[in-house]
Amino acid sequence: MIEFRDVAYSYGGGELLTGITLSLAPGSFHFLTGPSGVGKTTFLKLCYAELIATAGTIEIFGQDTRSMSRDAIARLRQRVGVVHQDCEFLDHLPVDENIALPLTVSGREAQIGNDLDELLAWVGLRERRHALPPELSGGERQRAALARAVITSPELIIADEPTGNIDWEMSLKLLKLLIELNRLGKTVLIATHDLNLIRAARAAQASARVLRIRNRRVEPAGAEL
Amino acid sequence: MLGDLLALLAGDRRADRVVPPTGFTARLTVFASAAMAFLAVFALALSLATGRLAERWSEELARSSTIRISAPPGQVEVQTQAVLRILATTPGVASARALSAAEQRALLEPWFGPDLDLSALPVPQLIDVVETAEGFDAEGLRLRLAAEAPGAVLDDHTRWRRPLVAAAGRLEALGLMSLALIGGATAAMIVLAASAALAANARVIRVLRLVGARDVYIARAFVRRFTLRSMAGAGAGTLAGMAAVALLPEPGPEASFLTGLGFVGAGWLAPLAIPALAGAVAFAATRFAAFRTLKGLT
Repeated sequence: MIEFRDVAYSYGGGELLTGITLSLAPGSFHFLTGPSGVGKTTFLKLCYAELIATAGTIEIFGQDTRSMSRDAIARLRQRVGVVHQDCEFLDHLPVDENIALPLTVSGREAQIGNDLDELLAWVGLRERRHALPPELSGGERQRAALARAVITSPELIIADEPTGNIDWEMSLKLLKLLIELNRLGKTVLIATHDLNLIRAARAAQASARVLRIRNRRVEPAGAEL
Repeated sequence: MLGDLLALLAGDRRADRVVPPTGFTARLTVFASAAMAFLAVFALALSLATGRLAERWSEELARSSTIRISAPPGQVEVQTQAVLRILATTPGVASARALSAAEQRALLEPWFGPDLDLSALPVPQLIDVVETAEGFDAEGLRLRLAAEAPGAVLDDHTRWRRPLVAAAGRLEALGLMSLALIGGATAAMIVLAASAALAANARVIRVLRLVGARDVYIARAFVRRFTLRSMAGAGAGTLAGMAAVALLPEPGPEASFLTGLGFVGAGWLAPLAIPALAGAVAFAATRFAAFRTLKGLT
């Protein structure tokens, strides 16, 4: 699904990531961990072509991101659900329209009715569907962001610190939702520095693989996790 | 681009809603479009009026000529009759008549006053010639006049007509140039307003890109909004401009240059094209600004 071959990414004269060679198989579940500022978000952005590698090759769904047009990148993002760290929404639109946004922009408005109702119930936001994003709590924003990420039934779900602003109970609920999606065959990649979350996930999902960024390289984490 | 134009006309409520209302740029676009359309109505009126003026001057002067007979007192009447005979048999001459003493006095009155005694002055006899649509052979007529009435001189108004028609033509071109400048200024203003709106909505655009929106989708939302605003503003400006032209005071005969400034008959339909043209300018300008801005975003 995603292939990194000797990938490096440099910015402002400094190399943030280097020598990355790995693959994310369809249906797999991955955590990416490491201290804050180590490059987790940069790695994720490389995975949905918001950033393009400065060296090496990244293939997503068999396409080399360096040679993709802007339209091709847009189409790629319709196949990837992303929960961003800052959970950005369109503040002038209510929650339900924000969640439906990936369907709206890809011309699949006809799907919105049924999928949206089910999804709102699944993430527990049915009562808050008409609220505007600034009126939501941190947990509600995270769940709305997850709902928006999965409404198109994407093949790959990427979450950047999805539990960063919420309490432990809500974190476990979100994790449970992501594990459910993985069991439905979706590939899941979660960046987090919360080791407790990783341990909780591995208890529920033994096949979860943990990657760590160390010395600008992405490598499998040790047994301590 | 054709697909975009059709989508623009069809509209898409959901797509329109993804871009938040932009108050300042919206008002700026409507106001500037209205002001430009108002000016465009006057430029169009000037252009059409000078076009008509050039045509009228050209036609009127081209269809009339004057023959001036300067001869000794005993010869004037003889040569006048000879000239009238020649003209009666000249192809292309519709009518010809010698001006009476009273008519010639009236022509000289502005310079010499009403008490002029023509018999005391060596005033040449004037013959007014009206041509048919085909006109006559001026050189051939001159040769015949020289042979049969040596005191007769044909003035076919060419030396008067040319600079007048050229001046009117330049005025018409000036009007058209004003229209082009107004269109250019409108486009520049809309590019600025659209760029400001796009910059103010950089975060919205980022979210849209991240959820898979193509550039054409994002651009369409802005293009539709700016095109409709520009058309609405231009519509109001055009109506105001047409009302102002309709209310222009009727010029008297002493202001003959201004006669006909405004719209005549079907000419009143011409300014109705201004809102559509403003919409087309806004469509192209916003599309240009949108794609230029979007290319700079990931």
